[in-house]
Amino acid sequence: MPCIEARGLRKAYGSTIALDGVDLRVEEGRILGLIGPNGAGKTTALDAILGLTPYEGQLTVLGRDPWSARDELMRDVSFIADVAVMPRWMRVSQALDYVAGVHPRFDRAKAEGFLSRTTIKRTSKVRELSKGMVAQLHLALVMAIDAKLLVLDEPTLGLDILFRKQFYDSLLNDYFDKSRTIIVTTHQVEEIQDVLTDLMFIDRGRIVLECSMEEFESRYLEVMVNPEHLAEAKALKPIHERPVFGRSVLLFDGVPREQLAVLGEVRRPSIADLFVATMGSTQSAIRNLKSETGQS
Amino acid sequence: MTAQPNPPSLFSENSKPNGLPFYGVPTRPLYWSVRRELWENRSLYMAPLIVAGVQVFGFAISAIGLAERRRAALALGDLVKLRAGMEQPYDIAAMMTIFTVFVVGVFYCLDALHSERRDRSILFWKSLPVSDLTTVLSKVIVPLVVLPLISFALAVCVQLSMVLETSVALISHGMSPATTWTFIPFFQDWLVLLYGLAALSLWHAPIYSWLLLVSGWARRATFLWAVLPFIAIQIIEKIAFGTAHFSAFLGHRLMGFAPHAFGFHGEAHPTIESLSQLTPGKYLSSPDLWLGLLVAAAFLAAAVRLRRYRGPI
Repeated sequence: MPCIEARGLRKAYGSTIALDGVDLRVEEGRILGLIGPNGAGKTTALDAILGLTPYEGQLTVLGRDPWSARDELMRDVSFIADVAVMPRWMRVSQALDYVAGVHPRFDRAKAEGFLSRTTIKRTSKVRELSKGMVAQLHLALVMAIDAKLLVLDEPTLGLDILFRKQFYDSLLNDYFDKSRTIIVTTHQVEEIQDVLTDLMFIDRGRIVLECSMEEFESRYLEVMVNPEHLAEAKALKPIHERPVFGRSVLLFDGVPREQLAVLGEVRRPSIADLFVATMGSTQSAIRNLKSETGQS
Repeated sequence: MTAQPNPPSLFSENSKPNGLPFYGVPTRPLYWSVRRELWENRSLYMAPLIVAGVQVFGFAISAIGLAERRRAALALGDLVKLRAGMEQPYDIAAMMTIFTVFVVGVFYCLDALHSERRDRSILFWKSLPVSDLTTVLSKVIVPLVVLPLISFALAVCVQLSMVLETSVALISHGMSPATTWTFIPFFQDWLVLLYGLAALSLWHAPIYSWLLLVSGWARRATFLWAVLPFIAIQIIEKIAFGTAHFSAFLGHRLMGFAPHAFGFHGEAHPTIESLSQLTPGKYLSSPDLWLGLLVAAAFLAAAVRLRRYRGPI
C-alpha cells in the first residue's frame, strides 16, 4: 500500500488555483523533497495530506481519507508545519506531559533522551528558548512519536546552518527507518540533497518533475563546457545553460556520461540547478529561488 | 531471579518497563486539554484569587469597629435585623466572587479559540490526535465546570476568613463570637451557593458558547463582534418600534435563572432562608433552560465545525 496516493487533487481559493489536478504516489519508507517556489501549492498539498483543508479529487493517506478521517489519521501522522508553532506560554515539562497525555504512540522516555542531548531545561518556557532550541524541542517531541508519516513544512526556516545540519542528522540517524515515510519542503534545497530518496518539483499547482534520487543522479549531468566544444554541446540539446566565470555550464537530461566527458568537466548537478532549469520559463521562479538560496 | 515488569497501571504512565514504549497506555485527551487551558490561562484562578484577597483585606478593616457595632445591635434586641445585617457581607462576598468569575469566563471564552490562531499554535495542537470536538469541549468545560468550582472554593475560603476575622475582633473585645457562628447557617449557605452556581452555569451556557463561537470565527476584535450585534438589535428595536423586548430578553438570559431555580417569597424578598426554597425540579422543567442549552449546543457544534477549517490568522 502506498503511503500517499492522490489522483486529480484540486484546490482553489476563489479564483486562485492552488492545486491543479495533482497525481502523486509516495511509497512507504521514502524521504520525499517537495520543492517549489512560493505560492506553488506546496503548503496546500501538505495541508490536504494532513487533513487541514478540504479538497477536490481523490486522496488517501495511509489508506484513509485525510479530511473525513482526520482524527484517526493523526495517530499515525505527525507534522511540523512551520517553525515557531509551539505555544510560547508552555513549559518544556508541560509539553512533555501534554503530548504524553494525549498521544497513544508517544514515548516519553525517548523524548527525554533527545532533550538531554540539548541544553533545554525542563522548567523553561518556550518563549525563553532560542529559535533553534524551540525547533530542537519540537523535533524531540515529534521523533518520540511512533508515526508512519512525518510531514515537515519548512522546519528549519530562519535557523542557522549548525542547527539545520543537526536537525537533518538527527532525523536520519535517530528517527528514519524503512517503515516510516517523510515529506519535507524547504528552500534550502542543497542541504537536503543527500537526505532525500525522492524528489518532486511543484509549480503553479502542478507537479512538473518527479523522480527518485537514483534516477536524478543517472539522468541529469552538468558539463562545464570548454569553449571550443560549445556548438557541439549545444547540439545535444541541453535543458539549461548558465554562465560561470565566462564559461558555459550546460545541463543535460539523459545524455550518457561518456558522450559528455569529451566536452568538458562533467559533474552531478545540484537540485537547485535542476530546479532553475525546470522552472526556467518562469523568470519569477528563478528570481525567487535565487533570493531564497542566497539566504543560506 | 528475573524481574517481572510491573503490569501497566491505568492511571500512571511511569509504569512503562525500562522506559520501553508501551502503547496500551490509555490517553486522556479531554482531561489534558482542560489542564492545558489552566496552564495557559492563569488568570482563570489568579483574578478570582486577587479579588478574594481584596475582600478578606477589606473585611479585616471593617472588623476594627465590629465589636461596638455588634454590641449596639445586640442591645436593640431585633434579632431578625441583626441576622440580616450579619449575613449581608457574606452574601456580598459570594456575589462578588461569582461576578468576578463571570467576567473572567467571558474574556476567557472570547480568547479561547482566537489566541491559538493568533500565535499559530493551532498548527501544533492540530498535529496531535485531539479532535476539534475534544478541543472545543475542553474550552467550554472551563466556564461551565472549572470556573464555578473555583468560585465555590474561593467563596467558601473568603467566608471562612471573614468568620475568623470576626471571631478575632469579637474575642479581642471580650465578646463571644457565638452569635456569628450560630446566626449564619454556613453549611446551608454553601449548599445554596453550590446549587446556585450549577443553575447559573447551565443558564449561561449559551452565552459562553456564543463567545466561543465568535472567538473561533472573528479574525480580530472578538469582543466587538460578540457584543455589537446585540446592541444593534436593541437600538433598531427601540427606534423602529419604541419597545425594549430584546433588552428584556437579554436581561432574562443573564439573571432570569433565579425565579426558576429558587422559590422566593414574593418579588420584594429575593432571599433564601431554607433549603426548601431550592426548586431543582421546577428549574429542570423550565423550557427556557432547555431552549438555552439547545442554542448552546448549536453554537458549540458550529464552533467545532468551524475549527476544522481554521488555521493561523
